[in-house]
Amino acid sequence: MTDLPTSPFPALLVGLPILVATLSLFFRPRGKAVVGLMGCLLTGGLGLIALVEVMQQGTVIHILGGWDPPLGILLRMDSLAAVFIGMTAVVGVFISLYAWWFFRAREATNGGFPLFWPLWLFLWAGLNGLFLSNDLFNLFVTIEVIGMSAVALAVLSGKTAAQIAGLRYLLAAITGSMAYLFGVALIYGSTGTLDLGLLRQVLEPGATTTFALLVITLGLMIKMAGFPFHFWLPPAHSSALAPVSALLSALVVKGAFYILLRLWMEVFGVSITFSAGQLIGLAGAIAVIWGSWQAFMQTSLKLIVAHSSVAQLGYLLMIFPLLILAPGVAAGSADWLSPAWTAGVYQVMAHAFAKASFFLSAGIIIMALGHDHKGSLRDLASRMPMTVMAIGIAGVSLIGLPPSGGFFAKWMLLKGIFLSGQWWWAPVVLAGSFLTAGYVFMLLRLAFATAREKEPFRPVPKGLEVCALLLALGSFLIVLPAEYLIQFLESSEAFGSGIQSIMEGGTYGND
Amino acid sequence: METTSLLPLLILGSSLIPGVLILLLREDQSALRSFLNLFGAVAKVSLIAWVFAGYLRGEEYTFIFRLAPQLTFALRVDQLGLFFATLSSVLWLVTTLYAIGYLEGGQHRRRFFAFFSLCITASTGIALSGNVVTFFIFYEFLTLATYPLVVHLGTDKAVNAGRTYLWYTIGGGTVLFLGVVGLYVLAGPVYFGQTEIIASLISENAPQLTILFFVFLAGLGVKAAIFPLHSWLPISMVAPAPVSALLHAVAVVKAGAFGIIRLVYDVYGIGVAEQMNLLTPLAVLAAFTILYGSIRALFQDDFKKRLAYSTVSQVSYIALGVAIPGVLASAGAIVHLVHQGIMKITMFFAAGSVAETYGHYKISELNGIGRRMPLTMGAFTTAVFGMIGLPPIAGFVSKWYLGLGAVEAGSYWVVLVLLGSSALNAAYFLPIVYRAWFCEPDHERVSRIRSGRLETRALLLIPVVVTGLFSLAAGVFAALAGSPLSIAREIAEKFYLL
Repeated sequence: MTDLPTSPFPALLVGLPILVATLSLFFRPRGKAVVGLMGCLLTGGLGLIALVEVMQQGTVIHILGGWDPPLGILLRMDSLAAVFIGMTAVVGVFISLYAWWFFRAREATNGGFPLFWPLWLFLWAGLNGLFLSNDLFNLFVTIEVIGMSAVALAVLSGKTAAQIAGLRYLLAAITGSMAYLFGVALIYGSTGTLDLGLLRQVLEPGATTTFALLVITLGLMIKMAGFPFHFWLPPAHSSALAPVSALLSALVVKGAFYILLRLWMEVFGVSITFSAGQLIGLAGAIAVIWGSWQAFMQTSLKLIVAHSSVAQLGYLLMIFPLLILAPGVAAGSADWLSPAWTAGVYQVMAHAFAKASFFLSAGIIIMALGHDHKGSLRDLASRMPMTVMAIGIAGVSLIGLPPSGGFFAKWMLLKGIFLSGQWWWAPVVLAGSFLTAGYVFMLLRLAFATAREKEPFRPVPKGLEVCALLLALGSFLIVLPAEYLIQFLESSEAFGSGIQSIMEGGTYGND
Repeated sequence: METTSLLPLLILGSSLIPGVLILLLREDQSALRSFLNLFGAVAKVSLIAWVFAGYLRGEEYTFIFRLAPQLTFALRVDQLGLFFATLSSVLWLVTTLYAIGYLEGGQHRRRFFAFFSLCITASTGIALSGNVVTFFIFYEFLTLATYPLVVHLGTDKAVNAGRTYLWYTIGGGTVLFLGVVGLYVLAGPVYFGQTEIIASLISENAPQLTILFFVFLAGLGVKAAIFPLHSWLPISMVAPAPVSALLHAVAVVKAGAFGIIRLVYDVYGIGVAEQMNLLTPLAVLAAFTILYGSIRALFQDDFKKRLAYSTVSQVSYIALGVAIPGVLASAGAIVHLVHQGIMKITMFFAAGSVAETYGHYKISELNGIGRRMPLTMGAFTTAVFGMIGLPPIAGFVSKWYLGLGAVEAGSYWVVLVLLGSSALNAAYFLPIVYRAWFCEPDHERVSRIRSGRLETRALLLIPVVVTGLFSLAAGVFAALAGSPLSIAREIAEKFYLL
């Protein structure tokens, strides 16, 4: 473990945002925003530099304070962590820039919400920490930091609806954490270790391990709003302020998915069964259909976008059954696994860019019109062409039309479905695309229709529109480095040697 | 591997870049917009001519970008692709001129011309795609680029037509997606022309290949407007005339037909398709669509709607020719890509000019229009005779080859379908011609919307005359080297040599 190269970046990625967040608390409202934005740009820049570092050096570690584990904390940044950190950096920076203009435009009326900045920086530190954690307990700590700052951000607007939704969010988050912590305690009790790498070696299949995996998975599914635990998401995401909605849907829910992916692929290979995978896949499949349908039925823009998240997160759950071959399908090689996790990572990235853009666009429309009832979108294409363009591009990625990131994710998902012999998931993927097309084009259709009556229209800062458009384009650009990125990800513990252990584990592939 | 060339990319760029730039212009910069548009169109025609000349000298133009293992974005120039690309680019140039004249003083012209360029980019991309996944990428891009054009007017009718258009095309695209992934899982990355891949799988995976073929056909059949997937096409004719012209002649409908040609000849290979009995259902469907479209066309009073049903019928000639094995029928199918395009675009131009100049949208209002717009209606009449299949106009050549091919293959029923279709074509087109030339004009309706020295604006007149002459020339000079027919024959012969 200690023979890996040491780098200061893992520590900086967590430390810097915390430091700036704390520092900003001493400033006046206007100063908070300035310091906060600076901190965001710095953290984003650090994230990208760290990504390049891992690309050149391979996995790097940092041992906090020089204390070796298990006493001290070891942060490990492999290619999977680096990709998630890089994604958070890019999306985070654009949302931060948007937030800067967004709150400045609203400063005169309601004070500009200066607390957004320290909370967002704490959240960012939590996310970076989560991606870098190498043991189960650290993961718990970071997911708590994320959960608490996320709830605080969600209720920032102070509106009643947001507070009620925030309370539900809080309860769900705590329940999820408790379930996760319970599972961790079981694992610690039976093995005496929390380190992911060690656990992979010592974990024995058995009732305790299976039960622990079950509660951990349940806890994380609550956190990532997996069906049927998705109830808290639409109200919380739709009632928050626009930049906050974007953060919550693009980044926060992905944290729980990241843990789930790592644990399933890297640690718990021995206890995963075909039926467990099918069950998660089923939850995902229902989420895809139900979430898309619900989105289609909503009448306000932000609710449409929020329900769409439920569906898009469903696709993430659908990769888990694909890790295990269907009974009777012979595994020639590990070929069937690679499309599955590629689909997972690309779905995360494509959704992060597209959904962030979508929520930011919704914020722009609300700022311009004062509300977001979908009927008022009429004739928007001629009044705000750039925002309609952003919605269109992001929507195309959500549907999964080529050559977007969403398309690439669905391509890989379908490939994994066929290669693992589980063709029954294919209609779900297609139906999901079709329903998504339904609500995306419902919005675009309205945007192109002529207005019945002219609504009062307030001009918005151009910077807001540019941020939303660039994020939407990002959901397409991520496809360009796909080949390189897949190779890079293969060097991760989760997808490289993790897969090897899964393949060698005798129980994999049958019940 | 092969030498990489940026030329195919440049061909796409010649319409993509103007499209994006136009989107960034202001609405009132119409001179600059028209310049960009025409510059792109001329550049595209020249580039394709250049590449075509190079191809005939034996040069290869390939552009490859690997996205992931087994997933490659590939543009590759072959004769069939160039044939279709030439059609798209030439008609784009003509249609751009027409559209500039047609939309003079209209609203949202920036949006219109931008998406018009993107639409052609997609169409050229389809022509130059080197493998199935690249084809799919452009096929879906075409769906999206065309949508804003269909709903351009923003009226409730246009918006609802747009909705129908999307349900059909997105549904078709989704089905096609399934087919493409299925093909990749089964056969790996399939480049067009590598028919040996499928041929090698036929002994083990025959049922899967059969299912895949029909999945592909369902996906492509939507755009090709094959019954029962055709309903979106007549509804989408609410779009402005230049859009309908392009939609019916080169862009959307042709993308589907072109895809079917690629599927049969370049993915499965005609031998395999015949051996697996995949062609008979296609032939029956196509023949039915030909008659069905014609019969529906009989009952339309709306000028453009009658033309739209006629397209449903005419485009299925291509599918029918593909489904009959034999060089002659294949040549007939391939050449009809071009012939149907130039004839139908002439008709839509004429319909648009009449509507723009005199405000006539219905066939019953067209009495005597030929005397007032002789050149326009002359071109229209030429196209009508071509559609019916009278020599020496382009449509005759297509039908002649299709008929000969059917006789050669022993499918005599196809000849009956062709004859029946000609009779129906005459029945729904000749009344228009009769009204235009031989009926007395209704005097109270002679209110010209715009006046001028010519029968209509020059930019509306020149394109229709040009494409009318094309229709005539393609038939008269069919025997010469370099005519659409001789190229189509060469392409078809290559398919059967393999």
